[in-house]
Amino acid sequence: MNKNKKKSIKLPKNQTLHQVKIAIVGHVDHGKSTLVGRLLHDTGSLPEGKFEAIKAMSERRGMPFEFAFVMDAFQAERDQAITIDAAHIWFKSTKRNYVIVDAPGHKEFIKNMISGSASCDVALLVIDGSEGLREQSRRHTYILNMLGISNVVVAVNKMDLVQYNQSEFDRVQKEVKEYFDNLGLKVISIVPIIAREGDNIVQKSKKMSWYVGPTVLESFDTLEILNDLENSPLRMPVQDIYHFDSRRIIAGKVTCGVLKSGDNVIFSPSNRKAQIKNIITWPEDFSKSRAKQGESVGITLKEQLFIERGELMSHISSPPLESNVFRSHLFWLAQKPLKVGEEYKLRINTFETSVKVQEIDRVIDTDDLSAGKEITEHLQVKRNDIAEVIFRSRSMLAIDEFSKNKHTGRFVLLNSNDIVAGGVISMKGYPDQRDLITEKGTNLYAVGHRVPVVTRVQRNGHYGGVVWLTGLSGAGKSSIALEAERLLFKKGYSVYLLDGDNVRSGLNSNLSFSPEDRAENIRRVGEVAALFADAGMVVITAFISPYRADRDRARGAMERINSEGPFHEVFVRASLEVCEERDPKGLYKRARAGEVSDFTGISAPYEEPEKPDLIVDTDDQSLEQSVDVLVQYILRKFQDFSEG
Amino acid sequence: MMDHLDSLESQSIYIIREAFNRIDKLALLWSLGKDSNVMVWLCRKAFFGNVPFPVCHVDTGKKFKEMYQFRDFYSKEWNLNLVTSMCPPVSEIDPSLPPAARSAARKTAGLKLLIEQEGYKGLFAGIRRDEESTRSKERYFSPRGGEGNWNFKDQPPEFWDQYKTDFPDDTHIRIHPLLHWSELDIWRYSEREGLPMISLYFANKGKRYRSLGDSDITHPIESNAQTVSEVIEELKTTRTAERSGRAMDHESEDAFERLRADGYM
Repeated sequence: MNKNKKKSIKLPKNQTLHQVKIAIVGHVDHGKSTLVGRLLHDTGSLPEGKFEAIKAMSERRGMPFEFAFVMDAFQAERDQAITIDAAHIWFKSTKRNYVIVDAPGHKEFIKNMISGSASCDVALLVIDGSEGLREQSRRHTYILNMLGISNVVVAVNKMDLVQYNQSEFDRVQKEVKEYFDNLGLKVISIVPIIAREGDNIVQKSKKMSWYVGPTVLESFDTLEILNDLENSPLRMPVQDIYHFDSRRIIAGKVTCGVLKSGDNVIFSPSNRKAQIKNIITWPEDFSKSRAKQGESVGITLKEQLFIERGELMSHISSPPLESNVFRSHLFWLAQKPLKVGEEYKLRINTFETSVKVQEIDRVIDTDDLSAGKEITEHLQVKRNDIAEVIFRSRSMLAIDEFSKNKHTGRFVLLNSNDIVAGGVISMKGYPDQRDLITEKGTNLYAVGHRVPVVTRVQRNGHYGGVVWLTGLSGAGKSSIALEAERLLFKKGYSVYLLDGDNVRSGLNSNLSFSPEDRAENIRRVGEVAALFADAGMVVITAFISPYRADRDRARGAMERINSEGPFHEVFVRASLEVCEERDPKGLYKRARAGEVSDFTGISAPYEEPEKPDLIVDTDDQSLEQSVDVLVQYILRKFQDFSEG
Repeated sequence: MMDHLDSLESQSIYIIREAFNRIDKLALLWSLGKDSNVMVWLCRKAFFGNVPFPVCHVDTGKKFKEMYQFRDFYSKEWNLNLVTSMCPPVSEIDPSLPPAARSAARKTAGLKLLIEQEGYKGLFAGIRRDEESTRSKERYFSPRGGEGNWNFKDQPPEFWDQYKTDFPDDTHIRIHPLLHWSELDIWRYSEREGLPMISLYFANKGKRYRSLGDSDITHPIESNAQTVSEVIEELKTTRTAERSGRAMDHESEDAFERLRADGYM
């Protein structure tokens, strides 16, 4: 290529060219890294000295010049001649800037192939012309489709091994087209190449003059990349809430659509509505009244709402679906198989909850799509398998169908903190439950005081709500709560502590310590706490409250009395050993001796909170530190940040 | 279509905010170079003018004097919570390393000390994929074992803006918000945002530094670029690697890979 002919593309001032990101995939040994090395060399993108360095490396290993060494940077990869992790390489043609992601073809490294490819605009599938489509060529293509990458260029490599034969190429081409058609995937072009020699990569091959289509580079250069996300309905997952100053800023990335100040929005799944006040920028730009797809923004609302990370913001007129059950198409990455009945952590953008596997519909054989094998005899999904699975969650999810919205229609699963799967959502056969919940909400709003919540908030300078402490006997709940109450009161808070001492003697004096009466004890505390909270106070409760069901009921009481009243579950965590050592009331000793029955932690279970709002670890922390953690948390969550 | 620099910026801000939400004790590694200055700027954008965690300079004591001046001035100007920590002397470093790598490894050792002392769980580092081939395979959230080492053979999957942020207690996380930027992007962005730049990056008597490190193992390149836009023009056509002036990268085939596996940035 003649360097002098390179033209740079004129752009408006302050505007820089979008770069196209290409994922290179294919079966192991079909020549991906070699093709990339060649592409860099032929476009003049190799740094000075790299060519010579690779020549030396190849000679040291007694092999002919190896273009793949450009990419396989790691010692381990050079020695084993396979790519372990996806590498990113920048290059440019006369038309565009590109980033190539060279993904590993080996089956063992599929998680790296996905990590590398997921954010790409287009893909280049490399197939060995003498072998045709192989297991990983198919699997990679299938996954590309799931990742939403619908533009694929296919390079049929090693044409020298089939004597540059057109009929051999046609055979592979037919196979590829059939497979793509079945998936509903579009092929941009299918190009016969010889990566090692550079045929049809940047320059037309002289040995395959029968081929009249574009070269690999031309295929990419002429590709039109459309961004239709701006025209999709607005979606912005709430990433965080900041209050560095008097403003309460909601931070998040607009995943699609356009956001304007003054817009009426709804947060799902809580279904709270608000109006956008401002789009906040730094350094300040007061004219900013619009944010579009892809922007990480900060916004303020006209109403004071308790919005948390994970809520999905949309326009009221075009909200996401709400459901606690959905169907999915997923790839499984973990060693341990996915099974019916197992629970996993689900993440959709910033939202997180736990889901249970309700049903495995089928495990897909990527080699033989049309048959769509149903594997019902062993209900599990193994590592690197692709399957259709139905999930159910306890709480309501705000989702979209993947076919309608890529970003909010996909999820990952986590198991003990590891990402173990990625999947896309379909609602086939399941209804949108939004209307059901919305109706419920309306009824609740109908029961209203003449003193609106916001007025109480304004007078108190903070919100009312419940801070529910739970933990083993001796974990430090009462000590922490007493001190927190004192400090908050000093700061002008309307705050009150409910604990065994002040409810057992009066309100609950007719209750014993039987399991039934204990549950009733907690139920009443929950109800009273909710009323206090509705009156505008911050209520701290300090009870062991060992059962999730009881704590959930207390939360329910708060939600029923005031749907906006916050309920924070605080896990005061200490190991049983430490609690037993502390034993402030000598109860553990008596429980061990059998003098006290049904004692939590010894002879009765303690169900740890699944998702506490706050954990206060008292094992290694001083009482002062624990109190500080709690007080800071309450200040952060309950302070009224409205201006004025 | 979103403007290229806007899209890089937005992605970085997302990552910075994600780290801030999910990781308890954070700090930012400020090397004073062009990349980490962009990183500091992006943090200020992400948090509307605040940098809500300490900014650490792991000091070898052998930086250029211009770098120290820059640090002292801008840590005040930008209202940063600056933490500096001194690296151990070279005599305490693995003698089997080639000389320049051994010298650079002081920084790894200094970093380990800092993490030990301050108990940081997450460190922002301004590395980029296009700088060097092992960095090109990095993750945005990259775990480091108790010894600070990097297990590049088994990295957590990362896609759809989902990152693994929970690790056992002896692990810390390197967060790389600039991973997807190129050298040219950094310069264009610095120009657009009007960011300050250490004078060593500009030509003086026909030479300028393209990458800044310790004064004894960093070499200038031939150049006449005296302004940001001249540097941008120069970079558009250069075929020399950015880190060619950093001696420790080139002493042997895997010198830099060994440094990184041991915990270097």
